[in-house]
Amino acid sequence: MKQTMDKQRRSESSASKAPARRQFFTDVARGASAAGMIGLGLTAWASSAKRSDPQAIRPPGALSGDDFLNACLRCGLCVEDCPYDTLKLATLFDPAPSGTPWFEARKVPCEMCEDIPCVAACPSGALDPALKNIDDARMGTAVLIDEKNCLNFQGLRCDVCYRVCPLIDEAITLERQRNSRTGKHALFIPTVQSDACTGCGKCEEACVLDETAIKVLPLELASGTLGQHYRLGWEEKARNGGSLVPEQLKLEIRRPENSNAN
Amino acid sequence: MQTERQANSRVGAEAAATLGWWHAHRFLVLRRFSQLSILALFAASSLYGLDILKGNLSSSTVLNTVPLSDPFVLAQLIASGHWPAETALLGGAIVLLFYMLVGGRSYCSWVCPVNIVTDTASWLRRRLGISKTTRISNSLRYWLLGLSLLLPVAGGLLIWELVNPVSLLQRGLIFGLGSGWVLIAMIFLLDLLISQRAWCSHLCPMGAFYGLIGKLSVIRINARHRERCDDCMDCYKVCPEPQILKPVLKGAANGVSPIIFASDCTNCSRCIDVCAESVFEINTRFTTEVENKK
Repeated sequence: MKQTMDKQRRSESSASKAPARRQFFTDVARGASAAGMIGLGLTAWASSAKRSDPQAIRPPGALSGDDFLNACLRCGLCVEDCPYDTLKLATLFDPAPSGTPWFEARKVPCEMCEDIPCVAACPSGALDPALKNIDDARMGTAVLIDEKNCLNFQGLRCDVCYRVCPLIDEAITLERQRNSRTGKHALFIPTVQSDACTGCGKCEEACVLDETAIKVLPLELASGTLGQHYRLGWEEKARNGGSLVPEQLKLEIRRPENSNAN
Repeated sequence: MQTERQANSRVGAEAAATLGWWHAHRFLVLRRFSQLSILALFAASSLYGLDILKGNLSSSTVLNTVPLSDPFVLAQLIASGHWPAETALLGGAIVLLFYMLVGGRSYCSWVCPVNIVTDTASWLRRRLGISKTTRISNSLRYWLLGLSLLLPVAGGLLIWELVNPVSLLQRGLIFGLGSGWVLIAMIFLLDLLISQRAWCSHLCPMGAFYGLIGKLSVIRINARHRERCDDCMDCYKVCPEPQILKPVLKGAANGVSPIIFASDCTNCSRCIDVCAESVFEINTRFTTEVENKK
């Protein structure tokens, strides 16, 4: 009798608590799975959305790749302080992740201001405040991407990209080659020195072709990386004060007597 | 008599009749003025170089000197592994202190531009008599908040900021919205047709974040004269978080304070506007209770 009463009491008390507890766990499970689903969707979308269009160029001093995306507050202060309206803030379906600053060199290139106002405006450090000299900026690098249609490659003296380059004869040089079509003229080949190019894009803007033959591309895209195991003989020689390879064995030349070989 | 009044009159009509139009709309008007003038100042800086308020709500400068940064974006930044520069941290601290004082979700009702969108949806819902709603858990926003801070740790990317409609809209209004209006239209339709107050009160992690910031805030809405309440339900209809009203209005018997301590309260003060009996006041959390106990 007592046992059944106990049982009854127990079941009564658990009956009063159980719905609340069950409700709580249901809520938690529901919340967690909804959040989980949204999270998975977002992550999948974000991994594709973080890739910029190859021709969406970042402002000077921008940290590279994901570091920039993590550091940028998306506040647009760099955009506002750019005196030439070069920079734009990306919206939802622009070629750069939404809210981040970018520019199209073909439309408005970077004018390479000496005081770098965009970097000074950045409150978060996404544009590296250590960048003091605009010539050290690496927004990307110009690549003469179409040698077939470039006028200089056809033996004409266009040279426009070379002339407008703020680092003329440093970032773009003209390399002389023989014009084998005429046999008596020279080709002046615009050549980008990628170690000096800031990626400002003035060459791309100025190119006279309908579709530019020289384009600024992000460094990740345009520059190769030499394998760690490679050693360049001439650099090793300079560093060590002499060749690392032993001198070649010199053998005495023996010829038959009275031979006339020269 | 009472049911008839409920059925026939619009929310706040009685307050307007007894207290005057201005009294019944003043906080709504002030709030819209606050939201729009902040946007206008940002836009004036972007368009005309009038640098009173420059940047956007994620980070800005006042008169080119005082930095302001959104602590929610900063939290995501730090979660992603980037330690922000001092300017941003200082700006974040200023904003944090301000909302700790005036109530975190004051941001939602007095600053955030999405509030105008969702308030419009809510108003239309009332006017069109749409009552059908899909129930979304009130706590989902906290899950989303956790997610928006956890995903950057895992993936090292500010994933939420890629889609955050709050930053997207105000950035868009200042710098050009582009195709971002799609997301805003989605929120509007969601609030209007699918679930009442879905975005601000159930989903937005930014609101959840500011709610947590303002937990101990000083400025509070106080149902100080709750004994006057005649159950007209107008405040429930306009309140974006109506679940917080019942305890303070009906809690006298249980000794519940009339001060709204719930962090969900946005301090929008619309309840003060629409109440013909002037039940509510803006007070501090330290206001002593001088209730006329019956």
